[in-house]
Amino acid sequence: MTEHAYRIQGATGEWEVVIGLEVHAQVTSDAKLFSGAAATFGAEPNTQVSLVDAAMPGMLPVPNRECIRQAVRTGMAIDAQINRWSRFDRKNYFYADLPQGYQISQLYHPLVGEGAIEISLDDKNPDAAGKTIGVERIHVEQDAGKLMHDQHPTRSYVDLNRSGVALMEIVSRPDMRSPAEAGAYLSKLRSILRYVGSCDGNMDQGSMRADVNVSVRKPGDELGTRTETKNVNSVRFVMAVVEQEAKRQVEVIEAGGKIAQETRLYDPDRNETRSMRSKEDAHDYRYFPDPDLLPLELDDAFLDECRASLPELPDSKRARYEAAGITRYNAAVLTADVDTARWFDALLDAGASAVPAANWVTSELFGALNRLGKDIAASPVSPTQAAELLALVADGTLSGSLAKQVFEVMLETGDAPGKIVEDRGLKQTSDTGAIEAVIADVMEKNPNQLAQYRGGKEALFGFFVGQTMKAMGGKANPGVVNELLKKALG
Amino acid sequence: MSDVTDLGIAGLRDGFRSGEFSARDVAEAFNARVDAADALNAFLVKTPDHALAAADAADAARAAGEAAKPLAGVPIGMKDLFCTKGVATTAASHILEGFVPPYESSVSQNLWDAGAGMLGKLNMDQFAMGSSNETSAFGNVISPWRRKDGGNAPLAPGGSSGGSSSAVAARLCPGATGTDTGGSIRQPAAFTGISGIKPTYGRCSRWGTIAFASSLDQAGPMARDVRDCAIMLEAMAGFDVRDATSLQLDVPQWEAGLSADLKGKRIGIPKEYRVDGMPAEIETLWQQGIDWLRDAGAEIVEVSLPHTKYALPAYYIIAPAEASSNLARYDGVRYGLRDLPEGAGLQDMYAATRADGFGDEVKRRIMIGTYVLSAGFYDAYYTQAQKVRTLIARDFERAWEACDLLLAPTAPSAAFALGEKSADPIAMYLNDVFTVPSSLAGLPAMSVPGGLDSAGLPLGLQIIGKPLDEQVVLNAGLAIEQRAGFVARPEAWW
Amino acid sequence: MSVDTNTVKKIASLARLAITEEDASRLAPELGNILHWIEQLEQVDTTGIEPMTAVIPNHLRLRDDVVNDGGIRDALMQNAPQGEHGFFTVPKVIE
Ligand SMILES: [Mg+2]
Ligand SMILES: [Zn+2]
Repeated sequence: MTEHAYRIQGATGEWEVVIGLEVHAQVTSDAKLFSGAAATFGAEPNTQVSLVDAAMPGMLPVPNRECIRQAVRTGMAIDAQINRWSRFDRKNYFYADLPQGYQISQLYHPLVGEGAIEISLDDKNPDAAGKTIGVERIHVEQDAGKLMHDQHPTRSYVDLNRSGVALMEIVSRPDMRSPAEAGAYLSKLRSILRYVGSCDGNMDQGSMRADVNVSVRKPGDELGTRTETKNVNSVRFVMAVVEQEAKRQVEVIEAGGKIAQETRLYDPDRNETRSMRSKEDAHDYRYFPDPDLLPLELDDAFLDECRASLPELPDSKRARYEAAGITRYNAAVLTADVDTARWFDALLDAGASAVPAANWVTSELFGALNRLGKDIAASPVSPTQAAELLALVADGTLSGSLAKQVFEVMLETGDAPGKIVEDRGLKQTSDTGAIEAVIADVMEKNPNQLAQYRGGKEALFGFFVGQTMKAMGGKANPGVVNELLKKALG
Repeated sequence: MSDVTDLGIAGLRDGFRSGEFSARDVAEAFNARVDAADALNAFLVKTPDHALAAADAADAARAAGEAAKPLAGVPIGMKDLFCTKGVATTAASHILEGFVPPYESSVSQNLWDAGAGMLGKLNMDQFAMGSSNETSAFGNVISPWRRKDGGNAPLAPGGSSGGSSSAVAARLCPGATGTDTGGSIRQPAAFTGISGIKPTYGRCSRWGTIAFASSLDQAGPMARDVRDCAIMLEAMAGFDVRDATSLQLDVPQWEAGLSADLKGKRIGIPKEYRVDGMPAEIETLWQQGIDWLRDAGAEIVEVSLPHTKYALPAYYIIAPAEASSNLARYDGVRYGLRDLPEGAGLQDMYAATRADGFGDEVKRRIMIGTYVLSAGFYDAYYTQAQKVRTLIARDFERAWEACDLLLAPTAPSAAFALGEKSADPIAMYLNDVFTVPSSLAGLPAMSVPGGLDSAGLPLGLQIIGKPLDEQVVLNAGLAIEQRAGFVARPEAWW
Repeated sequence: MSVDTNTVKKIASLARLAITEEDASRLAPELGNILHWIEQLEQVDTTGIEPMTAVIPNHLRLRDDVVNDGGIRDALMQNAPQGEHGFFTVPKVIE
């Protein structure tokens, strides 16, 4: 990738950008990390809050097994070290969305250690190199509540529904060097989480958000001072933050200034980052092990279950698809999201053969879903029905264009393709007698074109195919038509 | 009928069961005693109706021929650190003034489930921080005891469970809950001539008990004698899924297991507890205790706990550090005091509320705790203290190779006068010198009265046991109790 | 450790305890004394010693992922110094 290295052109020369991401992903669970209140999104204010989440006097945390399990499975999915002995620490600070006055997190002994995520930047190019982005750690922690500032002229409103919801914080190494790499990393991470089922990846609901650490340096220099832009909630915005923040830093440095290590905020409307003054006072979080909780020790049975319950992950699925002859690009598209991959696997399980199925899904199905504005999970056509359609093409019952017609009817009616073919008589014909009769008729009605063709204008062959197919109502087998036309036209 | 308030828990329970008196008679008698003792300032809230309701339920059950619950007919006092549903709970702090919990602590619930009723919420050192009950936001508790020197200096009932000790010693209730973080059950028990046991860490649920220092806090009973402590502890203790540090063990039948026969038991005498400047009377009592235990059949061995002198400084890092974090929730947002100066923002509101709501000792400990956890100091203070704590626990483990129990004084002095030590925090902290090491190691430990000093004030002996060995601790307490024959009680002046 | 008034102010600010200049001057020697006293721990050789993590040998129990709490807003808010429309309220925060 060096030949395409991303560089910022400054007045003093080229600059390199160094990026690390801390991604907060909400763990998929019914209840919160340390209480029995529901973790679902969108309830009435303060209705999903227990005495523990509101930090009433004397309340104590008891960890939710499922949250630990999901974080461990996530770690396993990125081949990370799983720490059998970990601890929860308290991160102390005062804020109205933090009832306890501390967040229970893991600083000193996280649940998951070193792992890695493979990203690729150019799926169309079979020779494009991938890149490995290191993951330093994954730890489990509590989410904070929510403040609303626009409801009252002099007051902020506090809703603790999110207080105590389980998060995984996934901390990357500063291994990314361009907006594209940062975007690819976040997309890939999201894909993995959705495969594992440990996070729904709904970035617009805040289930996943990234703190973007950016610094710049002259290529080969020591790392520069970084800024951290908090809570960026889409892949596109992460890329924009990297681009804007890197540019800004270069400008500051080249103007003789220094980068302050600070927390920043991204404003998508103005596409710029700015300093968060409210968080500027130097934080001293006074981390220490939470004395309400004992060390978390994981046994073999727990780890075995976590491993056994992992699904096939995007990289191996993609390799399997490629081995079945699917193009690199299609394999990438089909495995990018778990819902697509599940749908496609169901299609294969229903007997469709890999290559035509991949082509059909990526062109016909995606085109239709796009038109209908539907996710694949809500596809009006089931994998079984699609397999039947593809089988009708494979055995010659349907031509490509007939298949398209049948598919349209399937989308509309939800009927099975066999039934549609039967009801509407859409079966393709290979009856040579009937086709020869039509050809003779076409030739008779188009003497001029026939003369020109025979005079050497071979491009007119397509005209005769079209006329024949039209006269046959699209149901003639195109192979047979071609063959018989060649013979008849001479 | 003699005065039922002269009876302890076992006496009340048995008298109620045998029909000698009704539970209502008992509750009314104690309610009246509580009412007549305002001068002690032991109660922050009186709950006569709670006591009467439990009594009526007990009487009704008895009339219906149902089996009596373990504490049926027994009203008790509840330290104000335990959240009680519908009853104001403040931890004796202004910052929680007016707070009425919508929930019941596990320990208090266990007691109600056992049939007990509540006479009221007992005063204490604010957030359980103190050794003399002088840090309450609602005034000092005064010990019912007076020196026999002709003076009338009001004495400290010990702390932090000073309302509990004072109330039990003055016969305002037959038993009371206490909590012990660094000695807060044992030292006040010693100061007031009653018994109290801190069980193994994890025996009593901490759920619903206002936290001081989570890794140290343990609830326990304070009562007139060892049997009463055993009965009450059985009711208080028990596994609780809501406390992640709760021990998943059945509660032993400690009362049934009581025996003063210590044959085959080895009692360790920790030589490091012979500190400089210890009053001769305490030395003498300690020797007396050794003789009593030997008389009960035990073998006496000298043991060494070499890190003893570091226990107190380690404690005064760990406990304030945990407290500084545990008390961060008192911020004026969801309950308790809110102090919102004109034009103040959120962070100013926090600072004003907390400055106004917390007492000086609480603020002092929050400051110390914040300091030792702050950037650059964490390892030197907190980590080092936790390492020393490991060494202290190891000292005890080594001692258990040579003995089954340890015997030591409970406190380095008898009760002192209120105001005598409050100017010097470190002098006050030194009160806990004998109780803190076993707290740091999570061990069961008990104080029983051993005798009176020359001023006529009670002195306590402390028994420290192996983890989960409450039975042996209680048995040794019983052996001392039987031989000490401690019957002194304060003359009512209040 | 001697503690100056600036340190006292910094710590008080971290702990969100409003203090006056007077408080700071009074607290500085007091905290200094206490810290000096606890610093005797430096004398203990703790090489190779693990900091204590659990007082009594015990394992962290994990809870099942079951929703069995919440829906108690009235109880949660009954002690609130201020609240409206189901929210706790605080002085407006400018972020
Ligand atoms: Mg972060
Ligand atoms: Zn985080």
